[in-house]
Amino acid sequence: MDLHQSKGYAIVTHWLSSKGYRPFIFQEQAWQHIIHGKSGLVNAPTGCGKTYSVFLGAVIDYINRQEVSKKAASPGLQLLWITPLRALAKDIGRAMEEAIGELNIPWKVGIRNGDTDTAERARQKRQMPEVLIITPESLHLLLAQKGYATIFHSLKIIAVDEWHELIGSKRGVQVELAISRIVNSQCSLSNATAAVWGISATIGNLDEAKEVLLSSLSCWTGVGGDAGVTVKANMDKLIEVESIFPDEIEKYPWAGHLGIKLAHKLIPIIEENRTTLIFINTRGMSETWYQTLLDIHPDLAGSIALHHGSVDMELRTWVEENLHTGKLKAVVCTASLDLGVDFRPVETVIQVGSPKGVARFLQRAGRSGHRPDAISKIYFLPTHSLELAEAAALKNAIRENIIESRVPMLLCYDVLIQYLNTLAISDGFIPETIFKEIKQTYCYRYLQPEEWEQLLHFISAGGKALYQYDDYRKTEIEEGVYKIKSRKIAMRHRLHIGTIVSESMMKVRFISGGYVGVIEEWFISRLEPGDVFTLAGRNLEYVMCKEMTAYVRKSNAKKSKVPSWQGGRMPLSANLGRKLREALDRRSEIKIQKSKPDDIELKVLEPLFELQEKVSHVPKQNELLIEHIETKDGFHLFVYPFEGRLVHEAMAAILAYRISRIRPITFSFAMNDYGFELLSDQPIPVDDTSVYDLFSPDNLLADIQRSVNSTEMAKRKFRDIAVIGGLIFQGMPGEKKKARHLQASASLLFNVFNEYEPDNVLLKQSYQEVLDQQMEEVRLRDMLHRIQRSKIVITFPQQLTPFCFPIKVDSMREDLSSERLEDRVKKMQGSLDQ
Amino acid sequence: MAGYFSHIINDEHLVISAERTLFWENESTLIVADLHIGKTGHFRKAGIGVPQQVYKDDLHRLLAQILFFKAERLVIAGDLTHSQANKEMDLFRKWRKDFATLDVQLIKGNHDILEDTWYRDADIVVSHHQLLLKKFLFVHDVMTDTIAAQKGQYIFSGHLHPGIVLRGRGRQALRFPCFYFTKEFCVLPAFSRFTGAYLVEPKKGEQVFAVVEKEIVPVKGR
Repeated sequence: MDLHQSKGYAIVTHWLSSKGYRPFIFQEQAWQHIIHGKSGLVNAPTGCGKTYSVFLGAVIDYINRQEVSKKAASPGLQLLWITPLRALAKDIGRAMEEAIGELNIPWKVGIRNGDTDTAERARQKRQMPEVLIITPESLHLLLAQKGYATIFHSLKIIAVDEWHELIGSKRGVQVELAISRIVNSQCSLSNATAAVWGISATIGNLDEAKEVLLSSLSCWTGVGGDAGVTVKANMDKLIEVESIFPDEIEKYPWAGHLGIKLAHKLIPIIEENRTTLIFINTRGMSETWYQTLLDIHPDLAGSIALHHGSVDMELRTWVEENLHTGKLKAVVCTASLDLGVDFRPVETVIQVGSPKGVARFLQRAGRSGHRPDAISKIYFLPTHSLELAEAAALKNAIRENIIESRVPMLLCYDVLIQYLNTLAISDGFIPETIFKEIKQTYCYRYLQPEEWEQLLHFISAGGKALYQYDDYRKTEIEEGVYKIKSRKIAMRHRLHIGTIVSESMMKVRFISGGYVGVIEEWFISRLEPGDVFTLAGRNLEYVMCKEMTAYVRKSNAKKSKVPSWQGGRMPLSANLGRKLREALDRRSEIKIQKSKPDDIELKVLEPLFELQEKVSHVPKQNELLIEHIETKDGFHLFVYPFEGRLVHEAMAAILAYRISRIRPITFSFAMNDYGFELLSDQPIPVDDTSVYDLFSPDNLLADIQRSVNSTEMAKRKFRDIAVIGGLIFQGMPGEKKKARHLQASASLLFNVFNEYEPDNVLLKQSYQEVLDQQMEEVRLRDMLHRIQRSKIVITFPQQLTPFCFPIKVDSMREDLSSERLEDRVKKMQGSLDQ
Repeated sequence: MAGYFSHIINDEHLVISAERTLFWENESTLIVADLHIGKTGHFRKAGIGVPQQVYKDDLHRLLAQILFFKAERLVIAGDLTHSQANKEMDLFRKWRKDFATLDVQLIKGNHDILEDTWYRDADIVVSHHQLLLKKFLFVHDVMTDTIAAQKGQYIFSGHLHPGIVLRGRGRQALRFPCFYFTKEFCVLPAFSRFTGAYLVEPKKGEQVFAVVEKEIVPVKGR
């Protein structure tokens, strides 16, 4: 059917034009595919009508079908809308309801997530709304309901919003599994499946993203069974990047103090614009920034707010609402505002410190200028001067449209175990059926039959046991169907569905009453009563701790501890690393030719580069720089691969191991996103003759295993895996005390499995995750191959160089308090500048 | 370093073993604490598939220690079992029958919640708060204030599951279970390997013996 001839199209476009809108080309393209029953991926940035591209398609399709059948009875669930964020659900639901009401379609919109109350859930159970907006976790909870297949019987479209956010995580795997079950249950009931539509911002691997999402449809060779279509919005938003320069370039840069020094330069920007978002990389620093901005410009009080993951939910909602209405001049935030609905009043975005990746930078830039034709303006404020080179690299990457990929996760046994138990709660499952299904998913397509048997054995018999002395009880087998029959175990499982494992958190309350927010338990455990810390922009004095709640009172103390939240230490992406190496290369041309306006940052940095060139060398794109420096601390070896902190951490350990095979020698390490340092008390034997061998990709895996303490790293990974896989209960309301006999720490379980059941699938997974995520093994290998093709330049500077300075300061940081560090760095800078 | 370490308290000769036991030579008595029998079974009953092998291994180690020292008496300073009765405990009782002449003394711990008949059937003599043998007083939790030791009595206890962090080069820090000796009392490490540890920091005059794999490493308090 041609879209333009269809009744539904006429009605919908009439409605749109009554509001003064006209459909975009990409929306019409998507609608056409949807009424043809195709599946696919819509690639559009936020704020461009991506929701309508799929939602109105479903509406048009419905209206068209109504003409033929003319049935007025409730059609049942039509559209399932999967979204990663609870906060998004309400706004999307509101927009959909408005459209449905004005189009006079007999649909209802329901929301299903952790906030949905039991009355609403019960209502939905009796009568499913036609549109259901849901999170991946709640979708799995639906699969845990008896007779779930009837809910999805009538379903026409599964839409996955913000697929780029989900794909690289275990939540993405949950989505894959849910789609697999829904379409297959439809297949077996009526030989027709829903179409699947993903909506994604631009990422480097869009085709793969589509393949992952539609993988399960391949079982169905009819409509939608082909590879699926991609609809691109092609509305490249203009993005303007402007760096904020320090008045004088510090030739010896170090991270952690420059940013704040430049804070006053933000005031005019905040004042000129209607609303400004200020993105800070860590929660701790965002607290500091919020305080600093208020200190230097008290007039901002009342019109500036703070937003991060530990701020009380209510306060966060308040901030978001006031962003909508334009009542706030500025919000200091972290990744907590990366996602979410469009805040139209936001005119400008400021990024403080490295965004670590192109995609993230673009996404943040896109938070401003939300009308489709508006220019997005983003300021970049460096936290040390070398970061300015990153700004030049970012601009270049944006112009060439080089954006990171989000790599889908593979063979997550923990998520599969959880999923199998979920199915065992509701209707039970037959292994042969489910094995066939999950083999169609992207995540588990290489799952081996032996591994499958092991998983089944794990959930039904609990792994290795002393049979006559065993009471293991979880999934039971009844006539070939795997079921969980114990209500207690089923209830416990329901409470633990999900893949987001949080640190153990404590509530923070005022002793006089009133809730402040949440904070990691380990931070509180280090405080003594009377200590002052900062949370949600307030100075708080710690009074006492009682049953997972920390009680505080307001404090007027000038000095306070800022919690340094763990996590959030993202490494520099491979793309940005490459662009940065290119930028350093371009810098030599700038001197000769007239500089492009794009590279103004490089020009400003020239004094630093000149000094680096004088005392050592500025590496070209095809070079690896290694510096030997001797100081009173000992013998330093600095290496600059520009590959991000994780790769550097692994490489430092491997290099140290390889050197120690030449001669027994011990090292300490330090690293940042640009390079790493080995420090020893004796000269380090790295020279022209040995250096290519030391960076050889041969025997990499074996050397990793010998050099890196992968057991310790795997132990850390195991915690999340054990929670997702159901080995650890995080306790449940009302049963705190009773469940205590079931508590074992992740590290204890890890040790027990490591020793007594080393082939356990969850244990294996934690080692694999270390390799894939912690060491970024693929990237490490790519880097070594690159280095083999490059020229390795070894220099022997007589003093510390601008490049090594930030690494050196970082390694001192661990032993010193921040004030003493500041003094020492100043002294070092002074002596070097002469 | 070795698997065994001699230590003298109140003129009595004790052998500290890396299998987390203490042997009192003159009385031919093996002292242990916190066996937590049935813990893996308790987890497994709730659907958590912890390998049962760790429990079997615990029993084997205990058996080997009794044979090695030719012990005539076993004193358990509390927490013999972990929770309610389950099948795993049957294995313990079966095993107990093979040592009919062994005198087994239990000082009840907070986890020892089984019916009296269970202990009677298992031929275990139960003391509710403490047990005095010569100059040694055995309790479960030495930190509770109800314990009244007479002058010259030295206390042995469990409950705490003491552990210690040993630091190596390059910011390495590893935790190990340990024996914790003060002037007045000793806390034994948990015998079961399926137990966590509570970190202790020995003060001056106190002595800690860390259990590092198969060896005992003495650590002086500072």
